[in-house]
Amino acid sequence: MWRLRAYAKPYLVTVAVVAVLVFLEVMATLKLPDLMSQIVDEGIAFGNIPLIWNTGGVMLVVALGGVLCAILGNFLASRASTRFGRDLRFAVFSRVGEFAPREFNQFGTASLITRTTNDVQQMQQMFHTSMRMAMRAPLMGVGGVLMVVRKDSSLALMLLGLIPIIAITIIFVIVKGIPLFKSLQQKLDRLNLVLREQLMGVRVIRAFDRGQYEQERFDRSNRDLTGMGLRVGRLMVTLMPILGLIINFTNILILWFAAKRIDLGLMQVGDLMAFLQYTMQIFMAVMMLSMLFVMLPRASASAERIAEVLDTEVAIGDPEKPERIESGVGVVRFEDVTFRYPGAAEPVLNKIRFTAYPGQITAIIGGTGSGKSTILDLVPRFHDPEQGQITLDGVDLRNLSQEDLRSRLGYVPQKAVLFSGTIASNIRGGKRDATDEEVRAAADVAQAAGFIEEREEGYDSYIAQGGTNVSGGQKQRLSIARALVRKPQIYLLDDTFSALDYRTDALLRTQLATYAKDATIIVVAQRVSTILHADQILVLDQGKIVGQGTHETLLADCEVYQEIVASQFGEGAVS
Amino acid sequence: MSKRTPSRGHRGPGGGYGPRGIGRPVDKAKDFKGTLRRLVRYMGHHRWSLLFVFLATILSTVFGVLSPKILGQATTILFDGMLRRLQGLSGVGVDFPAIGRVLLMLATVYVVSTIFDYVRQILMVNVAQKTVYDMRRDINEKLARLPLKYYDATSHGDTLSRFTNDVDVLAQSLQQSVVQLMSSLISIIGVTVMMLTISPLLTLLTAAMLPLSMGISAFIASRSQKFFVRQQNILGDLNGHVEETFTGHSIVKAYGLENDVKQTFAEVNQELYDNGWKAQFVSGTIMPLIRFVGNMGYVVIAVVGGIFVTQGSITIGNVQAFMQYSRQFGMPITQLASIANVLQSTVAAAERVFELLDEEEEPADSQDARVLDNPQGRIGLQDVTFGYDAQQPVLRNLNIEVEPGQLIAIVGPTGAGKTTLVNLLLRFYDLDQGTITFDGHDIRQLKRGHLRSMFGMVLQDTWLFEGTIRENIRYGRQGASDQDVVRAAKAAHVDHFIRTLPQGYDTVLKEDASSISQGQRQLLTIARAILADPAVLILDEATSSVDTRTERLIQEAMARLMEGRTSFVIAHRLSTILDADRILVINQGEIVEQGTHLALLAQGGFYAELYNSQFAAAVV
Repeated sequence: MWRLRAYAKPYLVTVAVVAVLVFLEVMATLKLPDLMSQIVDEGIAFGNIPLIWNTGGVMLVVALGGVLCAILGNFLASRASTRFGRDLRFAVFSRVGEFAPREFNQFGTASLITRTTNDVQQMQQMFHTSMRMAMRAPLMGVGGVLMVVRKDSSLALMLLGLIPIIAITIIFVIVKGIPLFKSLQQKLDRLNLVLREQLMGVRVIRAFDRGQYEQERFDRSNRDLTGMGLRVGRLMVTLMPILGLIINFTNILILWFAAKRIDLGLMQVGDLMAFLQYTMQIFMAVMMLSMLFVMLPRASASAERIAEVLDTEVAIGDPEKPERIESGVGVVRFEDVTFRYPGAAEPVLNKIRFTAYPGQITAIIGGTGSGKSTILDLVPRFHDPEQGQITLDGVDLRNLSQEDLRSRLGYVPQKAVLFSGTIASNIRGGKRDATDEEVRAAADVAQAAGFIEEREEGYDSYIAQGGTNVSGGQKQRLSIARALVRKPQIYLLDDTFSALDYRTDALLRTQLATYAKDATIIVVAQRVSTILHADQILVLDQGKIVGQGTHETLLADCEVYQEIVASQFGEGAVS
Repeated sequence: MSKRTPSRGHRGPGGGYGPRGIGRPVDKAKDFKGTLRRLVRYMGHHRWSLLFVFLATILSTVFGVLSPKILGQATTILFDGMLRRLQGLSGVGVDFPAIGRVLLMLATVYVVSTIFDYVRQILMVNVAQKTVYDMRRDINEKLARLPLKYYDATSHGDTLSRFTNDVDVLAQSLQQSVVQLMSSLISIIGVTVMMLTISPLLTLLTAAMLPLSMGISAFIASRSQKFFVRQQNILGDLNGHVEETFTGHSIVKAYGLENDVKQTFAEVNQELYDNGWKAQFVSGTIMPLIRFVGNMGYVVIAVVGGIFVTQGSITIGNVQAFMQYSRQFGMPITQLASIANVLQSTVAAAERVFELLDEEEEPADSQDARVLDNPQGRIGLQDVTFGYDAQQPVLRNLNIEVEPGQLIAIVGPTGAGKTTLVNLLLRFYDLDQGTITFDGHDIRQLKRGHLRSMFGMVLQDTWLFEGTIRENIRYGRQGASDQDVVRAAKAAHVDHFIRTLPQGYDTVLKEDASSISQGQRQLLTIARAILADPAVLILDEATSSVDTRTERLIQEAMARLMEGRTSFVIAHRLSTILDADRILVINQGEIVEQGTHLALLAQGGFYAELYNSQFAAAVV
């Protein structure tokens, strides 16, 4: 947890002020029983009514002071912890923004989301709690102990002997409880898994008429969970009565021994009454501290996960003196490029060598895992090659600034990504200052204009988070329009057409040929039919180029290509 | 709570349940009374346990309420002893036998109260756990009886949320809040009675504090709720923004959108801060203020009680007891406020569970539903009209006759049609008009389970469950021997692959089975179908995500599976289409044309166009 201390540093003063306020608040709380014992021992015992009134007045002032300190302390702690959360959240988010896919995939999208949101929230809560509760409990405990010692040191000694018993009981239940809770969670996850499988597989289950079997499977998990729930419930239910009993018997013991001391004139009744109240406060403090110890491991796990993100070094950076391409045309050349994913035994790309020229379509085809998409990802420098180099108009990509390089590219991934906003704002993601005409032209070529104009609000139609309110095909077309609007020198299309139906696919390809006739187009494809007319086709098999040519030449001399064609069109198509 | 649990819209995205307490937003039930009554009925068979819990609560609370007064008696005895000593009376100090008697009584009261307290809590744990067990079982059995329409129309997240979140809320409430509610109510009565027996005037003074503390908590709670609702909404926006930015990480990088994205984040983050600290502050103010009101009561009792003691109208022990009572009085009342909230959300949760349990079920099989002894696989559709939405039929007056063993290819750009076909043939949905026959029998006259088991499906979204490979294959036919399983795996060309796995047939398939590729999963489903040995097959050929070698294996396995069976194939391969006895052309969920390849080509319609754009070029 200490790895995040830098983010807590600006709040040192606030923390100190809050600590003082908590201290004053605790002092006020502890002063009240003391004043009350004064009423009993000096006011009541001697019938001194003005003293009773005066002391009562003092008690009210003390209580008021206490509550003011508490509210002010809470105000400062709330602001500080929320601001701490805000800054930490921003730091994590910005850091992730700098990540290249290599670092990004190391964590995974879901995990990074949790780290940016839940884990930070957890830390913020912990920061607030530790400023309030974590300071209050020890102060209260120590203060209470000091007060009882002042009231009667020999009785206090007996009380101190009992505190460890309480602490041990609580810790025993917690230590026993945590594995049970974990197991309970696992069994709950298991039951949810069974139900989710049944929801998703309902057609299969019913087709095989296995409802009965599923019911039994569910019931086993349900029974298992209930059994564990009973165990956990019984354990937790035992804790409070036992604690209550310990506290109550402590009171009896105190009374008995106090009786002897009062009899000897060593103690007064008001002191005894205050003593009993302090005992209560000490026990409460011990219980609060024990709870904190339960929270701590959770918070430190969150801190760990956040620190991991913040400490991750980004592998891909800009050169110190980036080169600039003055009049580039967009020739992309791979020179014996070898690349492997971190930790992988085998390279995913092996000595890839080809050149993609402006005004031409370069298509890449091959089975899954053959490395097609990886080739595309190397161009925007999502990864850097392990060996060999990639050049753009003769300049090694690593000598360009990332911004300059990427501004020349129009990248369309396999899985279309849209952001919440409007259709126009999504297309403008490709070129911020695009005019309405440019946006419309791009949509037109992407075959999106039709469905956009059918919508009531046209280009201002709202796009929901993740683009869930447009169909897969429409999403893909908008994602293509985003690339088109920037009129890039180089298009990188990763199996872009697979979500389109055949007719739209054909129309788009024809119009793209005119719209981007001077651009370098590199396209990854699954369907042979989409690349029949490519100027050059690279056939990839297990990271190597095993064929290079046009559809006709490959059909004649490349075995892997023949296999692919055969699998998609049937044997008849090859011979 | 599991992180995987999807949250539902009306709770605010990314929200779920926060810690429950005063000042947090509450879910409200639509029909509070009705649902509450139903919940009570639902727990009906636990009534004896509940009655016992009620009795134990009364006993434990009554004994608990007695103890401060007894403790006070001890104090009084001590105080009298001290006074006598102060007045210098010789030979008399503290009356030890009396103290001993009082303390013994106190010990007895503590023990008895604790025992009853323990008993009622244990009983309640049992009742709560058994009730949610029943509820989960009922939900599951209900789901098994619901028609496919429910599954298609309701998101899995919604159903899962009712099953996890809502049932969880019920369990928590039953286990804790119900007991708390009972004991709060009883102790308010008990404490009031005890206070009245000590001093009606002091009781009145204490009661005067109540409106103050209740007013404060109500006032602050309503404000803090507003902040928390806003906080949930902003947090939802923030989580959404993070999610879409991270999901679209490569696009953000490729288009240099880092700064735009960061700016949006900073704005929402700032909004979260502006609202968040207020929520935190306001809700954190309730407790100190209530403590303060409590302390005021404490001072008033000390002063007024003290004066009474000097006048001899009350004993010192009773003042002490009164102080404890006033604490015990205030606590359950502030608790009641939060319990009211908990009750609201509990009933709201119960309502959502009952809604699910009330969903319309699939009609049961009729009494004389038949079972076919020797199914051949002759399928007929006569004048079939069907639509998911009555206004928009996707099939109109469709007629198809399929002889046993025929191959029917389904061709078309979109996938909606194939689901419809599966839905109708397996009677997941009933027709609007017309009939479907299996070997000449109307499928509505066959037992549903039997009808469905005569079909085998190998679809692209391969459904396998978490369990061993052996169990997954055996899913095709209950009670199949190990040899049968291996034989099926061999026929599906997957036996070799299974044997290369370290645990072989006992390898457990995980949800995100990364060790097993999509293609191999499909082979496993083929093995499962082979083992089932169905009369009719529904196959999905699309294998775009499979490497060429596995693709070959799948093709061969499918071909073997189809031999001698009526087969409906979602076709993507020319060879399948050419071999088909009939082609159904589907566009946008409707069957637009049907016939043989040559006939359809001659027709020059949609199929001809499709064929020319997709396949012709490659053949030339």
